[in-house]
Amino acid sequence: MSALPDGPEDRLRRLTTIWSRAVYPVTSTSLTRVEFEDLLRPLADRLSELLRARSFDAEGARAVGAALVTAHCTDPEALSRSLDCVDAYLVLYCGGDGPQDELRMRSSRLQHAMAAGYAHALRARTLAEQESVAQAALRAQGVVAQALHASEARFRAVFEGAAIGIGIADLDGNILQVNEALTRMFGLTEQALRGRRVLDWTHPEDAPQTWRLYEELVSGDREHYHVEKAFNRPDGTALWTNLTVSLLRDPDGVPQYQLAMVEDTTERRLLNLRLRYEATHDALTGLPNRTLFFERLEKALAAGEGQRFGLCYLDLDGFKTINDSLGHAAGDRLLVEVADRLQSCATAPGEMVARLGGDEFVALTTGPGTQREVDELAERIMHALTGPISIDGRDLMVRGSLGIVEGPAGERTAAEVLRSADITMYRAKSAGGNRAETADAESDARAITRHALTTALPAALERGEFFIEYQPLVHLGDGSVRGAEALVRWLHPQHGVLGPDRFIPLAEDTGLIVPLGRWVLEESIRQARVWGERYGADDTPLRINVNLSPCQLGHPQLVQDTVEILERTGVAPDALCLEVTESALIGADDDLLKPLRRLAEMGVDIALDDFGTGYSNLANLRRLPVNVLKLDRSFTQGMQQFPADPVDLKIVEGIVSLAHSLDLAVTVEGVETGAQAEQLRILGCDTAQGWYYARPGPPENLHRLALVDTTG
Amino acid sequence: MERPAWAPRNIDISVPSVSRIYDYYLGGSHNFEVDREAARKAMEFLPGLPKIMQANRAFLRRAVRFAAAEGITQFLDIGSGIPTYGNVHEIARAAVDGARVLYVDHDPVAVAHSEAVLAGNDGADVLAADLRKPHEILSSPQLARLIDLKRPVALLLVAILHFVEDTDDPRAAVAELRDALAPGSMLVLTHASYEGIPLPEEQAGGAVGVYRDIRNPLVMRSREEIARFFEGFELVDPGLVLMPHWRPDSAPEEEDPYAFSGFAGVGRTA
Repeated sequence: MSALPDGPEDRLRRLTTIWSRAVYPVTSTSLTRVEFEDLLRPLADRLSELLRARSFDAEGARAVGAALVTAHCTDPEALSRSLDCVDAYLVLYCGGDGPQDELRMRSSRLQHAMAAGYAHALRARTLAEQESVAQAALRAQGVVAQALHASEARFRAVFEGAAIGIGIADLDGNILQVNEALTRMFGLTEQALRGRRVLDWTHPEDAPQTWRLYEELVSGDREHYHVEKAFNRPDGTALWTNLTVSLLRDPDGVPQYQLAMVEDTTERRLLNLRLRYEATHDALTGLPNRTLFFERLEKALAAGEGQRFGLCYLDLDGFKTINDSLGHAAGDRLLVEVADRLQSCATAPGEMVARLGGDEFVALTTGPGTQREVDELAERIMHALTGPISIDGRDLMVRGSLGIVEGPAGERTAAEVLRSADITMYRAKSAGGNRAETADAESDARAITRHALTTALPAALERGEFFIEYQPLVHLGDGSVRGAEALVRWLHPQHGVLGPDRFIPLAEDTGLIVPLGRWVLEESIRQARVWGERYGADDTPLRINVNLSPCQLGHPQLVQDTVEILERTGVAPDALCLEVTESALIGADDDLLKPLRRLAEMGVDIALDDFGTGYSNLANLRRLPVNVLKLDRSFTQGMQQFPADPVDLKIVEGIVSLAHSLDLAVTVEGVETGAQAEQLRILGCDTAQGWYYARPGPPENLHRLALVDTTG
Repeated sequence: MERPAWAPRNIDISVPSVSRIYDYYLGGSHNFEVDREAARKAMEFLPGLPKIMQANRAFLRRAVRFAAAEGITQFLDIGSGIPTYGNVHEIARAAVDGARVLYVDHDPVAVAHSEAVLAGNDGADVLAADLRKPHEILSSPQLARLIDLKRPVALLLVAILHFVEDTDDPRAAVAELRDALAPGSMLVLTHASYEGIPLPEEQAGGAVGVYRDIRNPLVMRSREEIARFFEGFELVDPGLVLMPHWRPDSAPEEEDPYAFSGFAGVGRTA
């Protein structure tokens, strides 16, 4: 062969090029055209040989057809174009000078064999590839199945090992699968549980919505629900659970199963119940405590129209004495017995008895008919207390004071109701005890004001809400002003100016009288010094009278405080007169009189205030360190009219005579008329005070009076 | 109940697979009737699909040879599909001795088939993983065995990124892979685009609809959008071009008009 133009080699190359151009567009090869042509070249060579071979070689032509498939010409169009090409150009380019008819016949047979070879190869390749992809799919599924199996095993381990109970049921409620935790909780075997139906598991304590939620879930309207639910165990006990039920759907979203997760809360619930009981009951008596009582009272007060409540507030009389004398153990036993008796008084529905603390008990009745019921309840309680209680072999009589409050729901708060009951109980107690009192708005209001004032007192002192008014003391002989009595006032932010009768008893009760009294003493003495500086030229200094409460009298600091104030202000002791009520000194022993005596020794005058109102032991009078008697206004009232009551005259005359014989001066209070003043002067009284001279007022008023006096 | 992450996905060969459809376009028989049915339906809109695939394979071949000529011996082919005539490891080995290739695909059948084809082949392996989870690829034992990340790697993302929707953040995936590669590594990429398809967009869109119907949405992106995948790479000549224009072996004008349906490019990391 030669590479010359138009030589056999060149002709073969042209055949290959034509073939490649025809077939390349219908192949899927990633080879370039040149590479593809190189691939076809040996095939063209082979065809050329086969054309000119002496005998027809079908196998050879088949191999050429098969080679096309190997060259990735899998589109049958490639065969068709190849055969077209062979048919048109093989004899032309490769036939040489051979007999044309025979060559054409040979070419035709070669094409038949090529087609068969191509078809065989393509079929084999197709089958092989189909087989291999099917195998690959199978293997891949095997891998997935294995992974699924592992996943399933993991799920099963979670399911079996879970501490929480898990069960699966179909939508008819037939239980299909349960885990071990669930069988443990129910105390049933897996077989026994599997046979059950969810719907058989009703329990008397099921919440109303429990089965509605269930129906919504199994009908596909709800994805899950959570309830607290009880189940009956075969041993008759109850299993309490936190139950979460979820709906399981298939991949198309159709509901298929219900999955229950069950948490055993039985013990926690018991513990909660016990804690709740302990939190709401009194450990000693077992009665409901303050907490539970307030819950019930608040519920009763929140009840609707027509509903009422009745409350009996009981405080034992003299319980402290029993506790102190017989010991706490005996006191406790007494309380337990009282609790039992009270408990038996409140047995009707809507009635309860509670212990609020100490020896305070309360009984509550609710409903529409409490107006009558509360009185019956109070009667039962008072009656229950009448029988003696035997403690350590002695019979103790128990008495109590009862405050009753009754009213409609929805008007007052629990705290207001209890306060009213408390006030009323104290009313019963201060009336002597062993009785029941019924609350009324007026005494409540009084007590409430009293209570409000008491609590406001300390802050009032700090804020300087107190002030002092002075009422002149006038010498009956010459009408000159000799001094003044200091009278404390409270300028209350809401109630205005309050007199001492409104708050001194409260201050006495709370002990605030001591600092308040010290303030009054200091303030008054300071005022006395101002007066002394202005009018001190006169030989008789203006005197200041200050009231001393019984509480102050017993205070160990009294003498020291007084001396200190006098020294600090530079006021002479004889410019001060301390007024002490007669009742405070009745039966006073030497210890109590000692501070007064010491003050008197220093030169401080002591006046016996309100003389003649108490039980006056006249024989005792000389023993007391007293310089002045202040006659109560009741003796002088009879002298306001003319002619004066002769009996009053005699009494006053006698007292004055007695006083003078004991070397005591006499001061009279409540002088309102000139006639009165004149009469008292005649009777020998030394000093007087009253509206006839001046009402209590600011210190400046006294200046004016004193000036009038000196100029007059 | 939510399926846990470690529970395997089931295989359903009654659902068409993108890799088996690809095989069908390339004249293979590694496919089932469902695949062929979907392929034929797409071809009703875009008859030149086989030519597009062929152009992808031809570009892949040129690019692998280019990378090998530039001294790269490691290839990471993600979205490799069903092994077919002219696989990367065959091309690479013909060009350079000791070339190593890791094929990655998330189609379990493609992976199983690849395993069979690669059995006994030391320098090539296949990994079942997803481009959307680059970490799983980079941390796989197969990668550790075959690929030395301290040396340059050719990352082949041929005809795959257009199957990753923006909601799955394909850019982040490419960036994560890029950051794991040594300097001098290459990104070899082709991507479908309406630009270059010799048909009106409305008609070609029908093929996109077919892919959407088989739950493998095909995301057509513009040249500009495709270029952004090369962030952190320097494009080698001739840049990002229609497939036949990338370093052609023969005159592009001789190519089928459909061969121009998509962009190809190779970038190199600094």
